Amino acid sequence: MKAKLLGGAIAAAVVSISSFASAQAPIRIGEVNSYKAFAAFLEPYKRGMELAVEQVNAAGGVAGRKIEVIARDDNANPGDAVRMAEELVSAEKVDLIAGGFLSHIGVALSDFAKQRKVVYLASEPLTDKIVWQGGNRYTFRLRPSTYMQSAMLVPEAAKLGKKRWAMVYPNYEYGQSAVATFKALLKKAQPDIEFVSDQATPLGKIDAGAVTQALADAKPDAIFNVLFGADLAKFVREGSLRGLFQSASVVSLLTGEPEYLDPLKGEAPKGWIVTGYPWYGITTPEHKAFLDAYQKKYNDYPRLGSVVGYSTIKAIAAAIAKAGGADTDKLVNAFSGLEFESPLGKVKFRAIDHQSTMGAYVGKTAVKDGKGVMVDFAYRDGADYQPSDEEVKKLRPAD
Amino acid sequence: MSLSGLFVQALNGLAAASTLFLLASGLSLIFGVTRIVNFAHGSLYMLGAYVAWSLTDRLQGVFGFWFAIFASAATIGVVGMLIELTILRRIYRAPELFQLLATFALTLVIKDATLAMWGAEDLLGPRAPGLAGAITILGRRVPQYDLALIASGPLVLIALQLLLTRTRWGVLVRAATQDREMVAALGVNQAVLFTSVFALGAALAGLGGALQLPREPAGLSMDMTAIGDAFVVVVVGGMGSIPGAFVAALLIAEVKALCIALGDWQTPLGFVVAFPKFTLVAEFAVMAIVLILRPWGLMGRPDVAIRPQATTSAQLAPPGRGYDLAYLVLGAVLLTVPLLVETRSYTLVFGIDVFVAILFAASLHFLMGPGGMHSFGHAAYFGLGAYAAALCAKALNLPMWSALLAAPVGGFIGAVVFGWFCVRLSGVYLAMLTLAFSQIVWSIVYQWDGLTGGSNGIVGVWPTSIFSSKAAYYCLTLIVCGGATFVLRRILFAPFGYAMRAARDSVTRSAAIGLDVRRIQWIAFAIAGAFAGLAGGLFAFSKGSISPETLGVGRSIDGLVMVLLGGVDTLTGPIVGASVFLFLQDQIARHVEYWRAMLGLFILALVLAFPAGIVGTIRQWTFRR
Repeated sequence: MKAKLLGGAIAAAVVSISSFASAQAPIRIGEVNSYKAFAAFLEPYKRGMELAVEQVNAAGGVAGRKIEVIARDDNANPGDAVRMAEELVSAEKVDLIAGGFLSHIGVALSDFAKQRKVVYLASEPLTDKIVWQGGNRYTFRLRPSTYMQSAMLVPEAAKLGKKRWAMVYPNYEYGQSAVATFKALLKKAQPDIEFVSDQATPLGKIDAGAVTQALADAKPDAIFNVLFGADLAKFVREGSLRGLFQSASVVSLLTGEPEYLDPLKGEAPKGWIVTGYPWYGITTPEHKAFLDAYQKKYNDYPRLGSVVGYSTIKAIAAAIAKAGGADTDKLVNAFSGLEFESPLGKVKFRAIDHQSTMGAYVGKTAVKDGKGVMVDFAYRDGADYQPSDEEVKKLRPAD
Repeated sequence: MSLSGLFVQALNGLAAASTLFLLASGLSLIFGVTRIVNFAHGSLYMLGAYVAWSLTDRLQGVFGFWFAIFASAATIGVVGMLIELTILRRIYRAPELFQLLATFALTLVIKDATLAMWGAEDLLGPRAPGLAGAITILGRRVPQYDLALIASGPLVLIALQLLLTRTRWGVLVRAATQDREMVAALGVNQAVLFTSVFALGAALAGLGGALQLPREPAGLSMDMTAIGDAFVVVVVGGMGSIPGAFVAALLIAEVKALCIALGDWQTPLGFVVAFPKFTLVAEFAVMAIVLILRPWGLMGRPDVAIRPQATTSAQLAPPGRGYDLAYLVLGAVLLTVPLLVETRSYTLVFGIDVFVAILFAASLHFLMGPGGMHSFGHAAYFGLGAYAAALCAKALNLPMWSALLAAPVGGFIGAVVFGWFCVRLSGVYLAMLTLAFSQIVWSIVYQWDGLTGGSNGIVGVWPTSIFSSKAAYYCLTLIVCGGATFVLRRILFAPFGYAMRAARDSVTRSAAIGLDVRRIQWIAFAIAGAFAGLAGGLFAFSKGSISPETLGVGRSIDGLVMVLLGGVDTLTGPIVGASVFLFLQDQIARHVEYWRAMLGLFILALVLAFPAGIVGTIRQWTFRR
């Protein structure tokens, strides 16, 4: 009996080795992210990724090979992120890396990619520096940048025709550059405006009562808000209690994303002009296919993170297919100018700065059935909200 | 800014102050009696908010809401009691601060447990029924609930004062705060006293969290934002002083509200001062100023040595020749590793991180163990070193070797400046002043976009040609870190090292035999800072980029964990502690889903198994035999 079992095991092993040899080894994608520290965003992201991997492999993989993702938690710490990236490249022998949530981790990984000459697809981090000042040959970025999202809101803001603007934003690079971009572009569109108050609040630690009060005392006609997460929830609650939003229109970055809007439930602000992701109202066939597959697999609705995770894998698969394999130089060339289908439509990685043209939805917030939603929204293609090529060339070091 | 506006802003400050006070009063009580630096206090606060969310979700109406708030405070009290009974009770006899390690592990466990139970999304609670609106004061609308919060602070203060002054339990608590040993000698059951104090402190934290629910959603980052504030308030007020905590909470909350109210100020000199940005570091700046002016906080009293304290730390024996030999052999063996593995093996990458961590831990241990000065902000010197090196390499385009020389200089300068102030203090006050300075440095680096790259940091700090291979850099870090650690140890057995330990063990006796205690401590600071800076420089070149996180609180805490884990009274403690901590973190983070909880449980197990640190406890075993 024992001998038989052993024989069976050996036979099975032989079979598996030979089948292993006949099919090529899968292409390995290393993913570094702050999965536990920012679970609210990265759980949906991971699900989106898993769905895409499943779909790609069910369709026979790319370039004749399956793909697989090896994920590592970076503890929201750039030092650990670089170590994990080293581990993925050296020990796990991944063909390229992806991920990053916080901007400074994205910047660190992108510099690592440059040094190690490995392709890095920065999926989530928003900082402009990844593609401009800190841009390099090996790094590509998927999500619309801080600049692009701020720029998308400017035409809507200018349409309001308000004169006195106040700014409220988290006090770090993301908030600062969003406000700087918004101010510069709005001033260009509407030269007679005045900026009456700047409230830079410590990230995650806003004194919402005092900030709301200070903003109200400056008597603005309109407010540009860059707060998100718990800061946003506190600001919304205090602002509506204190009547701040009765006298001022609000233009707000990212607030329409389910990640930030849904926790507000019935208290979601009404009539804010926001960027976001109204998954419930997008009727394009590519989004419908994604939505159905996602809901079928997880019995939950997608967040924006799900779209980003899903598109990350789809973009990588498209690049590998175009390059005919996972050779780094070929991948770099394939990524430049690569077009692929995302749930939000066709997206292209610009050759000039490696930024994708993935856009965002701009619309107004409303409350429906006790939940915050976006209404009157339209998709803004990221390709239309870029500085001129000359400016980009000036900002970005030559490869 | 009108006067009426300022008045309403002052009200906002009062509301914020109440929350701060609830948090801090519990922490202050716990520290006063048990001497435990309860790092998990913020986690209890967070749990309070989550439990309140669950209860208010089920209970409706005014009565239901307030029942839910107090029930969650009581629940957290029970949680605190269980923590004390199962974990802390076993380690009261451990060296000072060791309990911090256990409470740190608890924060990790509680965080992941909360994530598993309540999910990742922020949970917005209901507004308080009956207090959901706003009333108009001086033409401005103020939430009714804020007024209730404003009342809650003084109410809790009065209740606590009555409890402490009018009950037998309160008398015992005050007695134990002054002299634990005497209380025990008089036959008071310390176990019951400690458990009840811990439970009450936890319940206050839970109450603070629960009361916050109508103002902010329950979220997973509440623990860390709360704990910093709580420590600051306690220290500014004076450890163990409940009224002090109240005054400190008022002071800090009002300073912040004022900064926000002032907005941007156009100075006559032309530049703009953005006061709102100052809220990033306001509490730490206040703490630094208060501690410099009043070394025991606003209402704290100097530690009076009631009787000569027995030295808690064991004597260090100079290591024999065998020890040095073993150290050299180990180093030589490690040097051969690059020959055995692939050129870019992860072993080398991980090894570099471990060596850097060892030097960082050793420099902190130098200050904490033999120096007797606990530093909660040691990352400042590490980070200053890292930034000094990175700036030399990037901004000044200097070669790597000179950038690496700049690193210890950066750490040294920081330590000389901050140390000068810190050595005037002692105990937890000293530790908190180091934290304040490190937070101030952090906030400057975080904000100074032009020089330091702001929150994104500096990239492109890679080693030059000879050391660009991982194997070469591995050897470099091994030799530099190994050598530096050896030098640090050597200093401990130089006359200076003996003088330093004498100053730690008895300030008066050292002064009597002519030792300049402050100067010795100051020099110790400078030495530790320089070596931490060196570690920071090596770190920068190993990662290729640095960001303000290199000098953040997280790294300071990691350092403390490493030193305490290894054993603060031993020589090899930091080496073992750093290696074990990094190894565990690396292995667990890669292979376990809820890795933070698992890491926390591992540390708890180590804490209970090795109550004098790993090396310390093993040494006790061998001596006993």
